[in-house]
Amino acid sequence: MKARIKVTLKNGVLDPQGKAIAHSLDQLGMSGIDDVRQGKYFEVDLSETDRTKAQATLDEVCRKLLANTVIENYTIELDGDA
Amino acid sequence: MKSAVIVFPGSNRERDMLYALEQITGTKPQTVWHAETSLPDVDLIALPGGFSYGDYLRSGAIAARSPIIAALKAAADKGTRILGVCNGFQVLTETGILPGALMRNAGLKFVCKTVRLEIANANTDFTRAYKQGEIIDCPVSHHDGNFFIQEDGLTRLEGEGQVAVRYAEGTNPNGSLNDIAGITNAAGNVLGMMPHPENLIEDLNGGTAGRRLFESVVEAIA
Repeated sequence: MKARIKVTLKNGVLDPQGKAIAHSLDQLGMSGIDDVRQGKYFEVDLSETDRTKAQATLDEVCRKLLANTVIENYTIELDGDA
Repeated sequence: MKSAVIVFPGSNRERDMLYALEQITGTKPQTVWHAETSLPDVDLIALPGGFSYGDYLRSGAIAARSPIIAALKAAADKGTRILGVCNGFQVLTETGILPGALMRNAGLKFVCKTVRLEIANANTDFTRAYKQGEIIDCPVSHHDGNFFIQEDGLTRLEGEGQVAVRYAEGTNPNGSLNDIAGITNAAGNVLGMMPHPENLIEDLNGGTAGRRLFESVVEAIA
C-alpha cells in the first residue's frame, strides 16, 4: 500500500522560509499571493494491506519521527482515499 | 570530574568538547559512539556541535532516535548533568529531554560570529560561576538556532528560571523567542545552548569566559 504524508507548521509558528518564498514571488511580479507556508511531503510504501493497521502504523511513524509535534502537524493519505 | 561525549555521524565539534573537558576537569573524557546502548558512569555527558546526519529531516531529528538515546534519557531522569551545545541542543529538544524546538534562523542565513551573551540565571549548575546578568562574548555557529515554544511553555520556562542564557538586548542573531540562547530542564540538570562555550577557553582563541560554564559543573558536583 502507498501513502502520502504531509507535514506542515502549526498555526502561529513563524515560517521564515515561507516568508522568503512569498517575498520572492512578489519580486517576480506574481500578484495576489498573500502568504506561503512551506512544509514537507513524504511518499511511503507499506507492506501492510489492512487500511486500519496501515493508518495506525503511519500515525506512529509521524509521531515518532516524521513530524516534530512541538511545531508541526501531519496528515496521512492512504491509496484510495478521496 | 568524569565526563563523556556522545558522537553521532556528522558531529564535528566533539574534539573541541573533548579538549575543553580535559583541560578544565583534568581528566580525559570518554567518547561514546551513538550506536552504543549504555553510557559510562560519569558526572557530565556532553552532546557536541556539528551536523548529525547532515541535518536531514530536521536538525538533530535522526540523532535523537539513536540507540544511545534511551540511556541518555535514563541518565537525565537520574539527575546526571547533561550539556548539549548547538547540534547537541537540537538533539536534546528532539528527544524531548528539553522543551521547545530549534527552527531555521529568522534571517535564513547561517550565522557564524561572536555574540553578546547574558547570563539570565546564574543559579544553575552550569552558570553558578558567573554573576547574574553578566555579559560575555561567545561564538555561535548555526543555521537552525531560532528557539520556539508554545506560549504556555514559554511562560513556564521564564517563570521557573529555566532560561539560563540569553542573547544580550539587540543582538539576537536568529529570531529566538525572548532572545533565548540556552535553557535547562525543569530539574536543572540538563542545559542546552546554541553558543559554544567549549570554544571560549583560551586567551589565544578569543577569551576564557566559557571555562566557567564547565567549572560551574565541577563545583556543582563537588
